[in-house]
Amino acid sequence: MTENPLQLSKQTHLSPKALRNLRERVIEVLLLLAAFSSVATTVAILAMLITESLAFFQQVSLLEFLTDTRWSPLFADAHYGILPLVSGTLVTTVVALLVAVPLGTIAAIYLSEFAAHRLREVVKPCLELLAGIPTVVYGYFALLFVTPLLQQVLPDLPGFNMLSAGLVIGVMIIPYVSSISEDAMRSVPVHLREGSYAMGATRLQTALRVVLPAAISGISAAYILGISRAVGETMVVAIAAGLQPIFTLNPMDEAATITAYIVAVSLGDLPHGSLEYQTIFAAGLTLVLITLVFNILGHFLTKRYREIY
Amino acid sequence: MVVKEKRLKLNRFKLVGAIAATATALGVSVPAVQSQSAEPIKLNGSSTVYPIAQAVVEDFGVETRGAIRATLAISGTGGGFKAFCDGRSDISNASRPIKESEVEACQKKGINFIELPIAYDALTVVVNPQNNRLDSMTVDELKKIWEPAAQEKVMDWGQVRPGLPGGPLKLFGPGADSGTFDYFTEAINGESKASRTDYTGSEDDNILVQGVARDENALGYFGYAYYAANQARLKAVAIDGGKGPVLPSEQTVRDGTYQPLSRPIFIYVKAESANRPDVQQFVEYFMANAGRAASEVQYVPLPPEAYTIATENFRKRKLGTAFGAGKQTVGLKIEDLLRAETEQ
Amino acid sequence: MPGENLQEIRGIIARNKVWDAVFVIVGLMSLLVGIVTLLALVIDLAIDGLPRLSGQFFTSYAVRRPAESGILSAWVGTVLVMLVTAIAAIPLGIASGVYLEEYGRKNWLADLIEINVTNLAGVPSIIYGLLALGLFVYQFNLGESILAAGLTLALLVLPIIIVTTREALRGIPNSIREAAYALGASKWQMIWDHVLPYATGGILTGVIVGLSRAIGETAPLITIGALTFVAFLPDSPFKGEFPYISFAWLQAPFTVMPIQMFNWVSRPEPEFQLNAAAAGLVLIFMTLGMNAVAIYLRYQFRKRVKW
Repeated sequence: MTENPLQLSKQTHLSPKALRNLRERVIEVLLLLAAFSSVATTVAILAMLITESLAFFQQVSLLEFLTDTRWSPLFADAHYGILPLVSGTLVTTVVALLVAVPLGTIAAIYLSEFAAHRLREVVKPCLELLAGIPTVVYGYFALLFVTPLLQQVLPDLPGFNMLSAGLVIGVMIIPYVSSISEDAMRSVPVHLREGSYAMGATRLQTALRVVLPAAISGISAAYILGISRAVGETMVVAIAAGLQPIFTLNPMDEAATITAYIVAVSLGDLPHGSLEYQTIFAAGLTLVLITLVFNILGHFLTKRYREIY
Repeated sequence: MVVKEKRLKLNRFKLVGAIAATATALGVSVPAVQSQSAEPIKLNGSSTVYPIAQAVVEDFGVETRGAIRATLAISGTGGGFKAFCDGRSDISNASRPIKESEVEACQKKGINFIELPIAYDALTVVVNPQNNRLDSMTVDELKKIWEPAAQEKVMDWGQVRPGLPGGPLKLFGPGADSGTFDYFTEAINGESKASRTDYTGSEDDNILVQGVARDENALGYFGYAYYAANQARLKAVAIDGGKGPVLPSEQTVRDGTYQPLSRPIFIYVKAESANRPDVQQFVEYFMANAGRAASEVQYVPLPPEAYTIATENFRKRKLGTAFGAGKQTVGLKIEDLLRAETEQ
Repeated sequence: MPGENLQEIRGIIARNKVWDAVFVIVGLMSLLVGIVTLLALVIDLAIDGLPRLSGQFFTSYAVRRPAESGILSAWVGTVLVMLVTAIAAIPLGIASGVYLEEYGRKNWLADLIEINVTNLAGVPSIIYGLLALGLFVYQFNLGESILAAGLTLALLVLPIIIVTTREALRGIPNSIREAAYALGASKWQMIWDHVLPYATGGILTGVIVGLSRAIGETAPLITIGALTFVAFLPDSPFKGEFPYISFAWLQAPFTVMPIQMFNWVSRPEPEFQLNAAAAGLVLIFMTLGMNAVAIYLRYQFRKRVKW
């Protein structure tokens, strides 16, 4: 439609074939540019995080950032130790994984090796709905449903705590773990199972000793995705886990995570270029690095234990 | 194949058409606003002032049938002034007078302002209603809890006063950008911003209310309106400023006995914005209705003449601060406020 | 001797079968945990929120009296932000997907882009918020506007749209491409006239799933500073006089559904938390509804297209 004027003006010098080739080239370049937008996004994210963090580290030493156990950048007595935020992030992540890894793996084994086709077709989309619910709704649920419930059992539990946030995140990431694990297990060749059955193994033995090891690389990819989600989860912890940066490993405490800190500070006003503005980028960079470390770790573990058929 | 393809192609255009139609329908369903006023009036700042400002903004919206629009954000008094002196807001809500450094920041950007007191607040210290350890505290006891030296040391109720039943002391207070924080630290610890930092801090007082209401061992402080709206879930602590314990209330603020935690709260209007007719109309409306709004959200309204003087000052575009920038800010009674307002 | 052995083997088999049965129960239980949680969440929201869902709730602003409050500015904001997101992300995402799948199959650039898309999908959403704060709000000076929010969410859903576009294209048999070439079509003609129409269903599914994720996203919008009390609607995109379309709304301050819900959740008064529950119900209805539409569309297109 739009190439009409182009055609008219070019027709004088170009044969229809050359024109057609030109048009093809132009379209390809345009598409390439579009595809490049994602690379540009990555570059922009990294550039933004790194430049603001560099400015931050000109005023705060890296040593203090990594070793100080206090994080109070907005106060007169400012401390810039990232450890309390990292500990909060790790504790909620561990709690979440303690829920999601066993439940997700068992669910995946069950769906892939035991469940009838009909059941799987019904249950799998239901589980996936868990991942489709907005996280702010999970935050509401953690704060106003799970925490009061837990307080019935643990009367000393504070109103904001990492336990309930972690549990809810755990349930939230079950579908990430189960879905991908199940896909991995289902793609294990049937003849392996048949061989196992022929040796007299039961379904469970086949599932645990043949299918699971064969699918381990896909399953660990699922775990890694789950970890990334849990580490980066923001609204649940910002609503239910509290906003105080405390260096603690006790999930019954309240504590801020890296993401909760970024949210809490963003709720106030951050003058562009000020040190407190830079703190959220330094915190963001830390978050990205943590995710990266888990990904690399997962990559190596996968390589080490991968079985090739 | 050809037939099928045609059908699919047709469908594609139908689909695009359907999307366009939905978009149009959605767009049209957004009612057109008659005036094309480009910029809304931007209010930013203290969460202590927020309830009054919200009431005024809402009622003003109803009064003008949405013709004049205002946005309202919370970022603490300090955060509000940062945005204000950066030219990013028209009106700054403040639960303390402007500071010397903030006046300078504004001057640097060529921003002049008109200072208008709007109500009195009784900064309220609260505990959980299940906390029966105490009903009142002295200023010294508060200082023992909140001073910088208490950091990671005063962690138990037993340390606050000999003989109190122990229990972990969970603290909730405004964040470092808050005017309430500045006022409290100055009034209690003797120096603005000098405070322990190991407590849950937020510029949004709602989060503090939630924290104290959910934890038996909690203690927190914030503006009276947030206590008044949540009396069933909080217990106010009477403050002993040397003349016996006094509970915060309209009465004790008016007669000046709730000390040192009674304080005026303000709005600061950018002089340049004040020349806009919509801002002018809004501020006049604000001053005419601040008393009513203050009573509604349970702050203490100023005497009517204070609002009259403030409106006069606004009309005369009286610039600068009568209360801030190094002047005495703690223990300012209503009479002092009136005097300061007229003198300047 | 053989009898004894048989007995023993039978015993072992029986024991193993017991473990099988035990696992079936454990498996069902762990499935139930997820589903029960989902039910508990929806029921909890419904108990608190349903009574608040009335016409008034959709046509009032979020005012100070909880019973008179509503989500008018929030849902209008959500619709407008989604409009921007869709306009920005859909063409870009589909174009990238087409390039990766149909053109750049083997070169290093395509590899780079591919790895990059996979990694981007794993970046925490709040990081996009930081990017948007630095880039859109301060560098491009868009402020805390609908435009900035829409673009932020567009970046967030781009990987989803790219990945599903590629999957949809991959599902198209090569015979279609070859047939088009055989009739003299150029590459682009082949893609535009033949491949894309067949892939529409799959692509549409991805677009809807991506947008449903964007609707519920809160954190990146908080970092760009969207937590504001907004008791008015942006200018309408349509005007009475020439040129009939106005873009003033792009610059308007806004609030969206999840942010309004977050605001109400952080209020201590239980009445506001009822509002939060009602807003949550609307949000869930929106996202799950969109997912259901996606599933239905996928089903319809699958049914219609037979190779």
